[in-house]
Amino acid sequence: NFMPVCSLGLCGLHHPWLVAAGYSCSGPLCATAVAVKTLPLQTDSTNVTDKILNLPLEMPDFFRCADRLMEPYLFGSRLDQDIIDLDQTVEHLQSALNFTAHIAYRGSVILFVSRRRQFGHLVESTAQDCGEYAHTRYWQGGLLTNAPIQYGPGVRLPDLIVFFSTLNNVFQQHVGVRDAAKMNIPTVGLVDSNCNPSLVTYPVPGNDDTPAAMELYCRLFKMTINRAKDKRRQMELLQGRSAVGLTTSS
Amino acid sequence: MAASGGRTVGSFLWKCGNCCFNFNTVSSNLTRQVLSRQLCVSAVLHRKNLAAAGPEKFSEEFIKKQVEEFNIGKRHLANMMGEDPETFTQGDINRSIAYLFPSGLFDKKAKPLMKHPDEVFPKQRAVQWGADGRPFHFLFYTGKQSYYSLMHVSTGSLVGSRWLLKEELEELLVETISEHDYARFIQLMERLLSLPYCSVEEDFVQRYRRQLEIQSSKQQVQPLQYDQHGVAYSTGDGRRKTATGTVLLRDSGSGSISINGTNYVHYFPVLQDREQLMFPLHFMGVLGRFDMQCSVSGGGHSSQAGALRLAISRAMLSFLSEGQVETMRQAGLLTPDPRIKERKKPGQEGARRKFTWKKR
Repeated sequence: NFMPVCSLGLCGLHHPWLVAAGYSCSGPLCATAVAVKTLPLQTDSTNVTDKILNLPLEMPDFFRCADRLMEPYLFGSRLDQDIIDLDQTVEHLQSALNFTAHIAYRGSVILFVSRRRQFGHLVESTAQDCGEYAHTRYWQGGLLTNAPIQYGPGVRLPDLIVFFSTLNNVFQQHVGVRDAAKMNIPTVGLVDSNCNPSLVTYPVPGNDDTPAAMELYCRLFKMTINRAKDKRRQMELLQGRSAVGLTTSS
Repeated sequence: MAASGGRTVGSFLWKCGNCCFNFNTVSSNLTRQVLSRQLCVSAVLHRKNLAAAGPEKFSEEFIKKQVEEFNIGKRHLANMMGEDPETFTQGDINRSIAYLFPSGLFDKKAKPLMKHPDEVFPKQRAVQWGADGRPFHFLFYTGKQSYYSLMHVSTGSLVGSRWLLKEELEELLVETISEHDYARFIQLMERLLSLPYCSVEEDFVQRYRRQLEIQSSKQQVQPLQYDQHGVAYSTGDGRRKTATGTVLLRDSGSGSISINGTNYVHYFPVLQDREQLMFPLHFMGVLGRFDMQCSVSGGGHSSQAGALRLAISRAMLSFLSEGQVETMRQAGLLTPDPRIKERKKPGQEGARRKFTWKKR
């Protein structure tokens, strides 16, 4: 038996997050970027929601053709910017992190995927720090579907794939989403308003454009996974001690 | 492939040794069967196209077994040749194989070969994941983990060294890389060098550079000789196609050239040939300084001129400084021209010319 490890994370954040007054956005529509800091939302004042609100997470989406399937997660658009409902984001994020923590507790292989070149190094370093795997490069077609032939027989596929951006550089859905669905691999995906969330198991509506947002998510996932692994090690030690105790007593 | 040749010889010797040992104990029938069975097996292995083998073709135990067989075979070979097995080098092995298995073939790769398995079998990647299935490298799922992790290093003098070639990089990483990847790698390394404080990462950078061999130091320059009047002279010889020529170069002369006893103007009526003779002297600016006595034979007039040119350049080396030798080498004056007449092929009129094609 193991405790659900992740009602953990969100309430335990003690980082002094700076309110980002200025930030570097990529893209020509930078000029229209406005920090939507205070919105009159009816939210219960948990630490998290305030802190998320204070960050420019609801950044404008540069290609404002919002996917039809994302409409439940959006309030709407204002001044060509799609505003995401952060209540739903919090819920989705919580369940996604919970799931990730359970997966990490069981010692499974987690793969971080992102095709955004701006955050490639960040994602790879996050993966390295967690002790998990990353793929921020050109996705070879048969990676998941043709794995035994590409890597050798007996290769183990990832048990969870975390997409930090479900789009590739041509603004189409990443091949990994479809392939993971084919191979029955659960996915956690950060879906922006122009993404299609239907194939993602645990979609997390949110912005994937700004560095601050990406760093936040990377930090959250890293913390979750590290805590889950620590918990696992603790439990194993306890079990080991209890087994030793049993044997010595008997 | 070379691998097949080597395996036969090595395994053949190993079997030889086995047969010698087992002669008294095992019945001759069995031995013959064993021999024939093993030879059949090796023939089967021959037929398998090793070049089309996928990854992980040779497991670790296989390579280990090959190494043992090679060592035992080496000792048997030494015994056969009457040499000491302890001090039997690779050169001795090559000579013994050439003696025992004389081959009239021209292609070096087609001749029988006995080399250490590490040189024969391509380097394979070890299994990339542990007992629980988790891969070791965090970029394993990209397919090119070593290549992509190259730039993840939290990261002199470059003169006289060059970047690794694509083949060398592939050998280092034990992965296949496309040309795009290689170009990107070079681009990133150059970018790294262009940043300030790149000297901090010099060790990392040096790992991916190779020293250029200084070609000019390979030139053997004969010391000057002096005749009874104290005049310096030197000799040189050169070859081109089937012509060979020798030159005696004498210092403090007036630029007279005699070939086979006759004046060079009479010997080479064509201007082009005389220009070939002049070129080394003109290049170094010593046209009127030397007297030359040349002798040449074989070939036609053009190849004789080329042979003499090479001979003159080589003779001149003793009179020149290091830097001038290097300039001569870079000008191509010291490189023997390797072109020879291409052989005629059957079914064709000449080396390249085909018979007239008739439509009907």
